[in-house]
Amino acid sequence: MTSIRKRDRKQIAGRVALDIPEGAYVNLGIGLPTLVAGQLPKGREIILHSENGVLGIGPPPAPGAEDGDLIDAGKSPVTLLEGGAFFHHADSFSMIRGRHIDICVLGAFQVSATGDLANWHTGAADAIPAVGGAMDLAVGAKQVFVMMEHLTKGGESKIVERCSYPLTGVGCVTRIYTDLAVIDVTPQGLRVVDRVEGLSLEELSRLTGMALVEHAPAAHAA
Amino acid sequence: MINKIVETLEQAVAGIADGATVMIGGFGNAGMPSELIDALIAQGAGNLTIVNNNAGNGDTGLAALLKAKRVRKIICSFPRQTDSWHFDALYRSGELELELVPQGTLAERIRAAGAGIGAFYTPTAVGTRLAEGKEARRFDGRDYVLELPIHADVALIKALRADRWGNLVYRMTARNFGPIMASAARCTIVQVQETVALGALDPETVVTPGIFVQRVVRVAAPAALERAA
Repeated sequence: MTSIRKRDRKQIAGRVALDIPEGAYVNLGIGLPTLVAGQLPKGREIILHSENGVLGIGPPPAPGAEDGDLIDAGKSPVTLLEGGAFFHHADSFSMIRGRHIDICVLGAFQVSATGDLANWHTGAADAIPAVGGAMDLAVGAKQVFVMMEHLTKGGESKIVERCSYPLTGVGCVTRIYTDLAVIDVTPQGLRVVDRVEGLSLEELSRLTGMALVEHAPAAHAA
Repeated sequence: MINKIVETLEQAVAGIADGATVMIGGFGNAGMPSELIDALIAQGAGNLTIVNNNAGNGDTGLAALLKAKRVRKIICSFPRQTDSWHFDALYRSGELELELVPQGTLAERIRAAGAGIGAFYTPTAVGTRLAEGKEARRFDGRDYVLELPIHADVALIKALRADRWGNLVYRMTARNFGPIMASAARCTIVQVQETVALGALDPETVVTPGIFVQRVVRVAAPAALERAA
């Protein structure tokens, strides 16, 4: 694997950010997806939504300028852009469930070949469950991007035929961004959009545990 | 003359009964009515069912209510946090019942109660274990599950400003569950930073009209602002 140039977390975030168009309303899930905010291309006007009732999230506040009443869904202090708005929780989830959010970016434990998402529960008997807005985002956003490491620490693919973890949503994921590749979930199956330098399609298929097919025509490599 | 403003926190929480269902506003600490919760602890009601997005952070607010063992059941979407140790211990020991609800479904169940809706179908959680045992139905080629409203005896919420009719405005993301919880409870009790004369709130910007509010109490220095300072 030494010749493979894996994307680090910031590079995965940067790759996701490339696919977010001007004018998009976007929800970034807690954890890894929050890195996308810092990678959005300059000059593109993109409106970030957070479940707790805000549109138009700006850059992080300067140290000392945090306000406990202005936070995001991860409960981190944020700022508000000019044009931003506040609203209550039912309105916030109307935006999500009502298909007004163009893209949400979520982390995942597993994604299946048909776009099933597992990201809220490990299934362990003693685990305390917590779901938050993940199930609403999974069914509600027009496009669901997943951002995750391709393999577990044990080297198993997180892209699987069928999820073994409890599901967050069925057939909801539209595109997967990993440290190795970008893969679309299509009605015809998974389609590789791009893969990192030094990684062949055969090797990517071997690591993923299933035969992967490239998009035709071949999309750009990042 | 209508005057919903009461003088003390003790008066604000008077009459909350054992076994009541109490909605508590706030998302994490933003909008958490900590002083009202402290007053509820002092008031003594127990065996409560609590509705909140989370299950308490640190040792204050909702976490303090849990620690005081006044809660039988909590209905929430995201109990597990790095600082939810009081919830974690009570849940693991079996002393606290948890009803886990997806966040948007939680919000809509509260909204439905306030709006007089008997039940609704949502696509959220279809095909997951949180939809198990629930009535499912397909509309226009898409699957939905039936969800029921959550009514409350009492809502404790925090707003920025109120007048004596109970009209409310909020402060930034501290609004969160306040407006919908205010509509879903039989008795909505609000702590505000400031009370203003009738007519001082711009009617175009009132977020929660006073019809949804029963009691208002002024708490001079909200804890969240102090922390932020």
